[in-house]
Amino acid sequence: MDVRSTLSYLYWLFCQFELITCSYLMEPWEKVLFYSFNLAMLGLLLYTTYVCVAFQASSAFQLLCSFLGTPRENALAVVK
Amino acid sequence: KNGVSNGTLYKKTFIEHFEQAPMYVAVFTFVGFAVGTIFGYLRDFMRAWGLEKRNIATEREQQKDFVPLYQDFENFYTRNLYLRIRDNWNRPICSVPGPQFDLMERVTDDYNWTFRFTGRTIKNVINMGSYNYLGFAETDVNALKTVTRELEKYGTGVCSTRQEMGTLDKHVELEKLVAKFLGVEDAMVFGMGFATNSMNIPALVGKGCLILSDELNHTSLVLGARLSGATIRIFKHNNMQSLEKLLRDAIIYGQPRTHRAWRKIIILVEGIYSMEGSIVRLPEIVSLKNKYKAYLYLDEAHSIGAVGATGRGVVEYFGMSPNDVDVLMGTFTKSFGAAGGYIAGKKGLVDFLRAHSHSAVYATSMCPAVAEQIIRAMKCLMGLDGTTQGKPPSFLPSFLPSLISAATRASLWVWVLLAQAKPHPAARKYCNGSVKEILLIVILIL
Repeated sequence: MDVRSTLSYLYWLFCQFELITCSYLMEPWEKVLFYSFNLAMLGLLLYTTYVCVAFQASSAFQLLCSFLGTPRENALAVVK
Repeated sequence: KNGVSNGTLYKKTFIEHFEQAPMYVAVFTFVGFAVGTIFGYLRDFMRAWGLEKRNIATEREQQKDFVPLYQDFENFYTRNLYLRIRDNWNRPICSVPGPQFDLMERVTDDYNWTFRFTGRTIKNVINMGSYNYLGFAETDVNALKTVTRELEKYGTGVCSTRQEMGTLDKHVELEKLVAKFLGVEDAMVFGMGFATNSMNIPALVGKGCLILSDELNHTSLVLGARLSGATIRIFKHNNMQSLEKLLRDAIIYGQPRTHRAWRKIIILVEGIYSMEGSIVRLPEIVSLKNKYKAYLYLDEAHSIGAVGATGRGVVEYFGMSPNDVDVLMGTFTKSFGAAGGYIAGKKGLVDFLRAHSHSAVYATSMCPAVAEQIIRAMKCLMGLDGTTQGKPPSFLPSFLPSLISAATRASLWVWVLLAQAKPHPAARKYCNGSVKEILLIVILIL
């Protein structure tokens, strides 16, 4: 079953993560603390990515669209 | 990493490579240690502020004003990092350490602070760590017949030191056998392998002597060197350039303040280093020792019985003669399945040790049943017990000359019998009918 081998591979990856970050050795409350800290950091990273990078990506996309449509006086003028 | 080796001294190419771990392994290891350290600080903080129960040694209230006892890094590491994983080590076993053994089941209720035995045993655990290299530590009744006989004859306790009443005929027999096995003049056996090193190096060297010891030498060698009172200098592991530099500096500059010549320079090396697995570069060390007139002490604890075509150790592995090494030391713990150690070499050296070794004067001698176990193991390795289990097959070259002469004699007898039937007409021309006599004389001479 492909799903089972994929799941076991993912479990193996998770075990590697636990061993590398020493969370395999931690007591349960320490694990909760560590994982919640990690997930919080990851969420913050994704939010920052969403806020900052999205604006850049949308302005770059508009620039591209302006090349296909009407030519402009200067390339930096962004369509409002 | 060990410098360029002198390839012309080796009889066959000696290649040793230790692969380096990839970069991501090193990075991940540091990540793990960093996380462990952060959590260690957190737990220490919680313990100091009373949020968590303290299970370890702490100072009493009256001692808090003095120098802190448990704040150094070693205690921090032991308390926070080693404690989390210490259930992997120091487990008691309850069977002979063969290829599989039985383990006592041990559980911890409070995350490795305390352990308790449940009373059950885990059977047939695969053995990856014992020193039972050749399998002589066994419980087979047929193999241990002679050992049982000696145990019933002598008992277990010797109850005396070697110099008083502790030298048994078993020890003399064993020492002769060890000397024969190694190809040296004489040998002396001691009850404990660690004590062989730590008690005999102080007898051989003293103040005013120089010890050049390898970086990764065993604790017994280090302890013996420190106990002796001689000056110790360390050379990089298996690095002959480092050793030669130290030897040259020692001979040029002499002792530290007075610049007198050193009384003795001795090089301490091991045959196989137990933690690294590297084999000593013996031909180069022997050539250095001969050039600079130093002595060589070779600790073959792990290599005797296990290395070399017939198990004689690194000396045989490199095709050298045992006379090149001044002091051959080894233990019986690893390949022979017993306990104890030996020192072998020239007769003068061993006689000196019989009189002056600390172990000979104060330590109890080897148990005779253990000595018999070593004798039986050694006889098996040398092929003296009648089987070919230990000795590699080499019977053909030894009786080939006698085979050839027997075949020649048989063919001549056949010819004589045939010639008696009808004498050769051609030979009659040269000698009148005395061919048969000549043939008989020739055969008798042969």
